[in-house]
Amino acid sequence: MLHLEHIHKVFNEGTPDEKIALNQANLTLHKGDFVTIIGSNGAGKSTLMNIISGVHSPDMGKVVIDNREVTVLPEYRRARYIGRVFQDPMAGTAPSMTIEENLSIAYCRSKRRTFKKGVTKRRRDFFQEALQTLHLGLENRLNAKVGLLSGGERQALSLLMATFTEPAILLLDEHTAALDPARAALITNLTKEIVATKELTTLMVTHNMQQALDLGNKLLMMDKGGIIREYDEQEKRNLTVDKLLDEFQKIKGEQLVNDRALLS
Amino acid sequence: MALALFSAFESGVIYAIMALGVYLSFRVLDFPDLTVDGSFVTGAAVAAVMILQGYNPFLASTVALLAGFVAGCLTGILHTKGGINPLLSGILMMIALYSINLRIMGKSNIPLLNQQTALDQVEAVWSNVAVLSSWGVVIFMLLVTLSFKLLLDWFLKTEVGLAVRATGNNPKMIRSFAAHTDWLIILGLGVSNAFVAFSGAFIAQLSSFADVGMGIGMIIIGLASVIIGEALFGSKTIGRTTLAVIGGAIVYRIVVSIALRIEFLDAGDMKLITAIIVIIALIVPKVMDDHKVRKMKKKRNAQRLANLQSLSEEKEEHHASS
Repeated sequence: MLHLEHIHKVFNEGTPDEKIALNQANLTLHKGDFVTIIGSNGAGKSTLMNIISGVHSPDMGKVVIDNREVTVLPEYRRARYIGRVFQDPMAGTAPSMTIEENLSIAYCRSKRRTFKKGVTKRRRDFFQEALQTLHLGLENRLNAKVGLLSGGERQALSLLMATFTEPAILLLDEHTAALDPARAALITNLTKEIVATKELTTLMVTHNMQQALDLGNKLLMMDKGGIIREYDEQEKRNLTVDKLLDEFQKIKGEQLVNDRALLS
Repeated sequence: MALALFSAFESGVIYAIMALGVYLSFRVLDFPDLTVDGSFVTGAAVAAVMILQGYNPFLASTVALLAGFVAGCLTGILHTKGGINPLLSGILMMIALYSINLRIMGKSNIPLLNQQTALDQVEAVWSNVAVLSSWGVVIFMLLVTLSFKLLLDWFLKTEVGLAVRATGNNPKMIRSFAAHTDWLIILGLGVSNAFVAFSGAFIAQLSSFADVGMGIGMIIIGLASVIIGEALFGSKTIGRTTLAVIGGAIVYRIVVSIALRIEFLDAGDMKLITAIIVIIALIVPKVMDDHKVRKMKKKRNAQRLANLQSLSEEKEEHHASS
């Protein structure tokens, strides 16, 4: 479904700020996989997301989605296969537009935009039905501006907008990190529910180890621009946060006081 | 006085089409587009030259509209494909258009006094059916302006229009939903300047001349109309806002015509008056908001103090009784 081959990406090449963000990273996701990614700051998690979605193009390597090579395809042409939720709840929606208008924009993801009405009666019914699955009462506020919603509501809406057209791949970039614990739990549960019912191939970056263990069927550990450890379904089931931290330390072979603080 | 107000209303209705264009670039796309100063004259120039050559004035106005569309698209291309900052690409286009407008006109001023303009034709038709012949032009232009408003309302609700609005609102988000923001910006600026040029074409026909300098400060007049309109008439929905912008353009014209009646001001002071109106319109809402917040805080603090006082009094009573 998703296939990354020898991805190499350097930022600010040739300047004192040069940073190797991804170093020969390889990754394969099968249809229906739900993979969580953990790693310390600067490990290359976000760059990996940006390479897959086409925000950045890799210096070297290949990106293949659904048997199509998309390495040089710009973001807006790749976006029809990829649903994305960002860390910032404000990033995934247009605040001065209404809920139904935002949903209509998401609805048009996989088709050519025309000069027909964006919100029709039929679509409104469909939106209402989709919003009901969030259990937030948003289905009664179709004409409310999204800027008036709380961060949690906006993130739930972003999640719905990213998924209801059933993209080939769903990218979640620390999408619960900016929310308070209660809201984060709500979004985590919604994520679990939506990914399961739609059987979406999903890649989720998180700083929260417990979340990384609770969700998904595979777990990846990243460090210094590479994927240093992969846990399959069997191994992941027996993992705990402590085991994960120990292993992280073992692989890196150094004391990780700061990273431990960051990762837990 | 009544006549001055009437003609202010009349020109306000025509300038409203320009203001709708500015609303599209400035508010919807969040793109401060200075092309307007040039494309307004382009519209006037194209229409004047064509009318002078004997073309149908309605056809001339339509060609003016298309010329504005092209000018706007060019600004959009400078910004998106050339990577030039929005303000600068507008200024570049405005300067380039100055020379182009001179080329179109061949001289710096074209009088249309002895020509059959679209408005003359409307007046001629109207005077056959009604008594109040001077109202014909106003009613006709009101209908034209309203149809532009409805056209804009409709456009902003289409799938493409929604994407244009999202581009101005959250470009990162709309890209992640498979829309190419470059084309949306180019299209939006094209439509915006088409409106502006069409308005220029009719202003030339109303005032019976096209002048290469008639667009100076036009963007500020457009902004004034948008800001005044939104402040006076609200901006809850798209339809409401576009109506407010039309109202703002008319109010602006009336304010200017009243200001010009003050003894020591003359026509040359108009740009200064415009600038002052915009400055006031920009500052007053902010000052009012601040004032409101401060007043609320004061009230809340007073309440808090009162609560504390009653609490401590209760305590004292408690002490005294025990």
